[in-house]
Amino acid sequence: MAKVIVVTSGKGGVGKTTSTAALGAALAQRNEKTVVVDFDVGLRNLDLVMGAERRVVYDIVNVIQGDAKLPQALIRDKRLETLFLLPASQTRDKDALTPEGVERVMADLKRHFDWIICDSPAGIERGATLAMRHADVAVIVTNPEVSSVRDSDRIIGLLDSKTARAEIGERIEKHLLLTRYDAQRAERGDMLKVDDVLEILSIPLLGIVPESSDVLRASNLGSPVTLADARSAPALAYLDAARRLAGETVPITIPNEKRGILGKIFGRRAA
Amino acid sequence: MTKVLTDTRSIRIKGRSFLALVLSPEQPIDDWLLRLDDLAKRSAGFFLERPVVLDVADLEIDRKQLRHLIDELANRNVRIMGIEGGRPSLFEPGMPPAMKGGRPASDVEMPSPDASGAPAGGGDSTAASAKAEVPTVRAVPSIVIREPVRSGQSVIFPEGDVTVVGSVASGAEIIAGGSVHIYGTLRGRALAGSVGNAAARIFCRKLEAELLAIDGVYKTADDMAPNLRGQAVQLWLEGDSIMAERLM
Repeated sequence: MAKVIVVTSGKGGVGKTTSTAALGAALAQRNEKTVVVDFDVGLRNLDLVMGAERRVVYDIVNVIQGDAKLPQALIRDKRLETLFLLPASQTRDKDALTPEGVERVMADLKRHFDWIICDSPAGIERGATLAMRHADVAVIVTNPEVSSVRDSDRIIGLLDSKTARAEIGERIEKHLLLTRYDAQRAERGDMLKVDDVLEILSIPLLGIVPESSDVLRASNLGSPVTLADARSAPALAYLDAARRLAGETVPITIPNEKRGILGKIFGRRAA
Repeated sequence: MTKVLTDTRSIRIKGRSFLALVLSPEQPIDDWLLRLDDLAKRSAGFFLERPVVLDVADLEIDRKQLRHLIDELANRNVRIMGIEGGRPSLFEPGMPPAMKGGRPASDVEMPSPDASGAPAGGGDSTAASAKAEVPTVRAVPSIVIREPVRSGQSVIFPEGDVTVVGSVASGAEIIAGGSVHIYGTLRGRALAGSVGNAAARIFCRKLEAELLAIDGVYKTADDMAPNLRGQAVQLWLEGDSIMAERLM
């Protein structure tokens, strides 16, 4: 049974695309057929992070408008044969996405894949609401700072009212992915602490990804961080988060915590 | 260029509900106007001094026809204070404002044909019967919200109290005709007694609010005593100032 995940945040630049690519690659490594879908029509980036920008022929807008068949637009990853990308169009804008078209594409993808991961554009307009529309699970990417937290809160409200599941009275599963976390700066008070964010958003925690230059390096290489260097701290955090998404119970660790030994396991339970 | 405000008294802004007559014209409009004339003949001044809202939801008319209808009504001394159920394209500058969110009230009694020949005293009694409402004891309504109120959401309940079991996020708002009770952290806005109720109060388990208002008197976060932040607090109105006290 296919599961549709939307990676969303409200605010831009918090790490949605990076997280989509990293989680997609991590799930595909479990030998489950995974597709990452770029909904950021007009400002596409997922193709770059996945290292597939030179192989894009058709995109999601072509599929929606009937100019191409879905298999023609899907790009298979060169490193993992279970990983696919459905790119967005760079020359169009969000109005090219129609609710009926998106519904058709999602239904089609559900027949072929185990995991469908939708990379939402920033904002709360058409692109973002269509990306979340058919999701079963939402991953809310949040940075430990107040504006990101408030935007995430806004998005959670929309997930509970504007999604297909919400409209038939069901709840969408929501998980918090805290990115760009720096334990020392949180300790100094320059950043919100994990508990502060959890207290404000009151949704279960999927993982904490540390601020790291490995993320930027992997993006520039055109590789999801979980594939570029699977032993780096952010990669480990994403791999654990993917296991939690798949239903495993993995204790949450706060990366780079200087108190006590490195990688100290806290009593916090995963979602 | 900054203006310095020397008068520190706050401006009161309140919501209030009034009973208005709602006229729902039927097509063809000319026939309906004839029937209206007939009604006006039987009881002169029925619409005089009364607020009238025009309900155009069931009408298929364009802007010109609506303009014509409003003018025809004005000729009959029916002054329209608002238009309900109209598409945005129907409106033009100078028309009464669009109204929405109206709640049905008891039907207004029409003047009966017998009253037409009655002396002035009889006319008064019809008006009185139209206004008379059977006084019934009703429980004060309230609503309970069992989940956090998220940023961008607003809970508006002019009928009575609002209780939230959870937090109210920054950028969210609770507007209650009665009191507001938050069993969680209040980070957003809470407006109690919004339709004019100076006895309304605000209670919260942890105060981090952006704005608080009771009966139109408001306070922003900057005006609040710093020692109340993060505390369990109740707020009420004394005269024109919001009082606060920590709850044990």
